[in-house]
Amino acid sequence: MNSKIVYLDNNATTPVAPEVKEIILETLDIYGNASSMHGPGRLANAAVSHSRKAVASLIGAEPEEIIFTGGGSESNNTVLNLVFSDIFENTGRDRIITTKIEHPSIYETVQTLETKGVKVTLIGVDGKGNLKMDELEEAMGDDVAIVSIMMANNEIGTILDIGEAARIAHSCGALFHTDAVQAVGKIPVDVKALDIDFLSLSGHKLYAQKGIGALFIKKGIPFCPLIHGGHQEAGRRAGTYNNTGIIALGRAAKLAEDQMEQEIPREQALRDDLKERLLATVPDITINGDQEAILPGTLNVSFPGAEGESILLYLDLEGIAVSTGSACATGSLEASYVLLELGLGPELAHSSIRFSLGAYNTQEDVDYVLEKLPPIIKKIREMSTL
Amino acid sequence: MSFMDEWVYTDTVKDHFMNPKNILSDPDYKEDGKGMVGSMACGDQMLVALKIENDIVVDLKWKTYGCASAIASTSMMSEMAIGMTLDEAYHLTPEMITDRLGGLPNHKFHCSVLGDKALRAAIDDYLERQGRENTFKKSVAKIICECKGVTDQQIEALVQSEEALSFEQLQEQTGLGTVCGKCKNTAKELFDELLHIYGH
Ligand SMILES: Cc1ncc(COP(=O)(O)O)c(C=O)c1O
Ligand code: FES
Repeated sequence: MNSKIVYLDNNATTPVAPEVKEIILETLDIYGNASSMHGPGRLANAAVSHSRKAVASLIGAEPEEIIFTGGGSESNNTVLNLVFSDIFENTGRDRIITTKIEHPSIYETVQTLETKGVKVTLIGVDGKGNLKMDELEEAMGDDVAIVSIMMANNEIGTILDIGEAARIAHSCGALFHTDAVQAVGKIPVDVKALDIDFLSLSGHKLYAQKGIGALFIKKGIPFCPLIHGGHQEAGRRAGTYNNTGIIALGRAAKLAEDQMEQEIPREQALRDDLKERLLATVPDITINGDQEAILPGTLNVSFPGAEGESILLYLDLEGIAVSTGSACATGSLEASYVLLELGLGPELAHSSIRFSLGAYNTQEDVDYVLEKLPPIIKKIREMSTL
Repeated sequence: MSFMDEWVYTDTVKDHFMNPKNILSDPDYKEDGKGMVGSMACGDQMLVALKIENDIVVDLKWKTYGCASAIASTSMMSEMAIGMTLDEAYHLTPEMITDRLGGLPNHKFHCSVLGDKALRAAIDDYLERQGRENTFKKSVAKIICECKGVTDQQIEALVQSEEALSFEQLQEQTGLGTVCGKCKNTAKELFDELLHIYGH
């Protein structure tokens, strides 16, 4: 295998930033239980508080509005399970509204809740992945407990109109949650301006490590923990504080806040260059997702006539890491439900490749892809039945 | 670094994936029989073209829209089938192909099922073009429902012709699973797989 790695799968996960790695190593010695009163405990507590401020600052929240979790999936599950909690008792609210293009940690969770008697309404999107606001408006009612709409889609990068969705949800008295795992750290997010009640974020999408995330819970909004058994996080999430994870997430949040202004145009320029030159060199390709309201580093392309997993693995042999919406890669028999929901036929969905650029990609990486990919597509198409 | 070098597939799979053998590239290839199976919906489609002399497969060319396993298993299948008698080629099984490849991940087994199916379809086509009776078909049929004597080939034919597009339709037409019922799970699995392969 090629020792050169061009990593273009940053929506799947990001490498740990050197700055974050440094602080992880430094603070591995902070072993105290942040709930303890003694010196080592107070040290850990100070570090956790510091991180909480950094995470809050990144999304325009107050530190008390942030709890740390085991990642984006836990944050999402926590909010959706509120539907069973006391806070909706005797309110007549037993319905969840979400979209058809959510991440499985929302999509499959609501399916499970449905089997337990929760009513679920799924809202569709247009061909670019934008939420159908009229559908949302029509679906609303005073039986709705929670509306959960992702801020940016992981596969196509489309950024949804969260401000408008929150307004519609609140007009019916429902609570509003957004899965912002793909957005936080990549684009500016302000929970106050958007009037969000709950927001999920995840460390490993913004250059911290896997298994740490956070949930924003707006002050004054009723809440009930998913994980019981301790007074941590002011009774909102039990479990001894994950010092290393929390400190790393705080550092990563600070880095993201400091660098975002330069990083957005830089990633965008690389993404646009990759897109334009692919369109110019590879015939018959289509670009998926909204090309205006889109994450700066995401580019989703269909290469009709070439099956996605083959493209992925030929690229892998050249040291290029991407992902695909093809069924073959997942072991299921269906192509990506997100791409199918956009109205792409199965052929385009099976032929899709997602490039997701991140902070460590360079012009050289883009040039390397443009050198390797066109002959691969040609080769695959030559052996294709289409 | 060493675990970075381990590929998702075996070395043999990788080898056939990187340099697939016997790809059909000549648009004027004069085949004696041709078969195509699979569908775009499931993301795998396979075409096999054969040259046959004295009931021996003297040449085989193929094309696929499919994943790495489909490419590798069909490439391997083509090497195995060339030189075989029609009888041997008709009885080439997915297991024989995956064994030669040194194994495939479990969920990839489906891909190599297409390779041998396309090969049989090509032989069927050859016999039909020759106006010869197809004695192989029965020889590879497997009984799925013992009570009603329904074979996998009968089920496949009903799916292929779109006469059975739901399990209920299949039961109405064959009586499958209506007596002791023990065949139902196996039959359902096979039926779903066939629906998928034929893109219904
Ligand atoms: C949109 C979205 N939500 C949630 C998650 C899950 O986050 P985590 O892996 O931290 O559980 C991911 C990524 O895996 C994601 O892309
Ligand atoms: S084996 Fe099919 S009904 Fe008995």
